[in-house]
Amino acid sequence: MSNPLADMDKPDVIFCIGTNMTECHPVAATRIKQAIKRGAKLIVADPRKISLANMANLYLPLRVGSDVALLLGMAHVIARDGLVNRSFINDRTDKGEAFLEHVQQFTPQWAAKISGLNPCDIEQAAHWYAQAERSAIYYTLGITEHICGVDNVQSLCNLALMTGHIGREGTGINPMRGQNNIQGAGDAGAVPANYPGFQPVTDPLSQEKFKQLYGREMDPEKGITKVSALNECGKSIHAMLIDGENTVVSDPDRSHCLRSLESLEHLVVIDIFLTETAELADVVLPATAWGETDGVCVNTERRVQRLRQAVPPHGEAKPDWWIISQIAQRLAVPGFEFESAKDVFNELCSLSPIYAGLDWDRIEKAEYQWPVPEKDHPGTPILHVDEFKNGRGLFSLIHYRDPAEVVDENYPVWLTTGRRLEAYHTRTQTGRAAGIDYLLPEESLEVNPENLAEWNLTDGGYANLTSRRGTVKIRVKSSGRSPLGTVFCSFSFNDVPVNILTGSGYDPVTETAELKVCPVRVEPA
Amino acid sequence: MITESKPVVTATMTLDGREVTYTEGETIYEVARRANIEVPTLCYDPRLEPFGACRLCIVEVEGGRNPVASCTTPAVAGMVVHTQTEAVEKHRRTLLELVASENPEENINPLRGYASQELNQLLEKHDVQPGRFQGKHSGTSNKDDNPFILRDYNHCISCYRCVRVCAEQEGDHAITMMNRGFEKQITAEFDIRLKESACTFCGQCVQTCPTGALGDRKAMRAEAQKEDFKKTRSVCPYCGVGCQVDLLSKEDRLVGIQPAMDGPANEGALCIKGQFAFDFVQHEDRLSKPLVRGEDGKLHEVDWDTALDRAAEGFKKVRQQHGNHAIYGVASGRAPSEASYTMQKFIRAGFGTNQIDNCSRA
Ligand code: SF4
Ligand code: SF4
Ligand code: FES
Repeated sequence: MSNPLADMDKPDVIFCIGTNMTECHPVAATRIKQAIKRGAKLIVADPRKISLANMANLYLPLRVGSDVALLLGMAHVIARDGLVNRSFINDRTDKGEAFLEHVQQFTPQWAAKISGLNPCDIEQAAHWYAQAERSAIYYTLGITEHICGVDNVQSLCNLALMTGHIGREGTGINPMRGQNNIQGAGDAGAVPANYPGFQPVTDPLSQEKFKQLYGREMDPEKGITKVSALNECGKSIHAMLIDGENTVVSDPDRSHCLRSLESLEHLVVIDIFLTETAELADVVLPATAWGETDGVCVNTERRVQRLRQAVPPHGEAKPDWWIISQIAQRLAVPGFEFESAKDVFNELCSLSPIYAGLDWDRIEKAEYQWPVPEKDHPGTPILHVDEFKNGRGLFSLIHYRDPAEVVDENYPVWLTTGRRLEAYHTRTQTGRAAGIDYLLPEESLEVNPENLAEWNLTDGGYANLTSRRGTVKIRVKSSGRSPLGTVFCSFSFNDVPVNILTGSGYDPVTETAELKVCPVRVEPA
Repeated sequence: MITESKPVVTATMTLDGREVTYTEGETIYEVARRANIEVPTLCYDPRLEPFGACRLCIVEVEGGRNPVASCTTPAVAGMVVHTQTEAVEKHRRTLLELVASENPEENINPLRGYASQELNQLLEKHDVQPGRFQGKHSGTSNKDDNPFILRDYNHCISCYRCVRVCAEQEGDHAITMMNRGFEKQITAEFDIRLKESACTFCGQCVQTCPTGALGDRKAMRAEAQKEDFKKTRSVCPYCGVGCQVDLLSKEDRLVGIQPAMDGPANEGALCIKGQFAFDFVQHEDRLSKPLVRGEDGKLHEVDWDTALDRAAEGFKKVRQQHGNHAIYGVASGRAPSEASYTMQKFIRAGFGTNQIDNCSRA
């Protein structure tokens, strides 16, 4: 997030797109509720009538996968009606003129045709967002899990840049992170393109730095992404070390994923349960769980916080860092003589510019949001205040693209997937918490009541859901949250392996799977 | 539209003979608290709009006819306030006696909730014995089979904190008051089960209840265990909001969760996952020993050395046969940062490649 969570009750206009915040980030959503009470206007764009939509002053029920069209249409209106922030564009950005010219072609009527929205709603959203003193954008996977995920994000940046709604309190572009430490994993360098602290692996200076630190030549090329690695299993990838991820259930196109992992010569999985993925491994190593180990995690607002041990490890479980270090030592890799989580974290701080001012003891009270470039730096709650990371903000000239697969005669219904309040991810954790089943005993497919009759389904009965990749049987639930012609379910339940169906395409830049859009056929089972 | 912030206006007033400075808009109670003067409260929760229902926080203002509730009365420049006069003390005692009389005498276990000891502590401090009025108890326990929230209305003192936290903090309006006076009881809309209401089981009502009338059923399972519980500050293991929590443990058992009132991301709030979904940690399905695949194709329990040797051996073999790039590491977005750091170092220092990613793409 460019702005802190505490900022969420400060905007005059809040634009939520592709985020089911009340279910996925409930505590953040409480701040939005408070902002509304204080008089802020809420705009919600989401294909499903989620509960955030019920609180909205303006609800935009766009067709799944049509976000870019909506955002281009809004940019058009803002430019056309002279609502751009000229001085911000001149002082802080590049390619502004080209962008303003580029959006002239994308009228609200054009955007309406693609998104199924009413053109006057697109105008209204554009006016509210641009005219307010402070406007903030919040989004989650509904924006990124598309073949055009990067285009979606850049379209949002364009809006913020043209109106100057960034770098100030109560503004910004704020992705909400789904997992407790996904931010920390990226910060720590667990990505193919960056060393710790987002130092690019293709930068010769950084290569030299890590050559010195790690004592060997560094590959000047980026690594491949996990999605590519799964495609390469048995071809160029032959061994994997997977930590705490239930790839088989969480990733798209489950049968492909199973085949991939099975074709490895060597698979080592570190986890707290024998997950569907661990069951395929040659070696399974038991890790300590949350509450059993000390460590650090970084939340969605870049706040670096300590996790603390409260109870002893289960059985012989060991901390992840210890397990990986032990394997490294057995391969005679130097530099793995860590004795505590503190040792590891302090090493990370010593070589990451964004953590340079931090160490284990300084984060005791969780008061720092990175970047913290030096000791006694107060941290950076708001990003891009006077300058963007690379100097100036760059507009991107985006065009709308259809999803990888669109509905047709054989697959006439849009399936979109997501999460539910009571279940987390693949339920390896929430599924084992006493009482959760009381509220959410099983998965079901949310179908608009009018579609029920049309497709010969009964509320509470079963349906077969078929995509180009497979079929899944699922209970049917009548729900006004689903628009006509679009159905929804989550991927949390292993007995309803929805990710057999998904996986039609990937974003060409990030290789994020298009989990939000999948044409299907729905038939009574 | 929200107005721009105004410059801060400060002024002074006198509290128990001391001159104190305050910021315009502060209540007498807030000023007193900052000045370290203790004023008892029951219906007050710093996160909520002041309500003025219990009248326990009354103080005398010179020149005023009656004592006022300090939690709802704004400080005024030059005001002279007495918080501990005899009359005020007497009034508070009477109020506490009245409240006590409505409640059955019972030890409320602190596992019930964060604020569950407030009333009992006040009674003890003011040396009030329950039972003087022999009043009629308000409300009866509601039969609700939900596994998370106990509703034990015999202990309810109608402070409305639960109702207000639900409406003001959560914006859910799942609970309301029914009836009035001794008949009144806090209940879900239309007296239905919470499951059928708008309740999201965030547990906020439980944690703010000052009497234990609302209780954390999951934590209460450990009431029978005699030891005191220990609190360990940590962060919720679920989503990226990063709410701070206190883990409650008894001996080696994790028994419950309470929100951290000073957690920067949550300021005392949690959702159902952070509040109630913690017991995966000590679940019987947990892996307790390393496993390796045997000749028979099945996974078998082994000791750490055997497993680690086998893990390392496999990577060595693949490196020899297929080169460094054939080995790939997937880090976890759920594990602490130290796990991700060591994983990327393992790949980069161990094999010289960048064949590393985390699970954010799925
Ligand atoms: S249930 Fe607890 S919080 Fe709610 S009104 Fe009664 S005493 Fe107050
Ligand atoms: S309590 Fe809920 S909102 Fe807070 S971090 Fe945990 S899952 Fe997220
Ligand atoms: S605390 Fe002031 S009236 Fe209850």
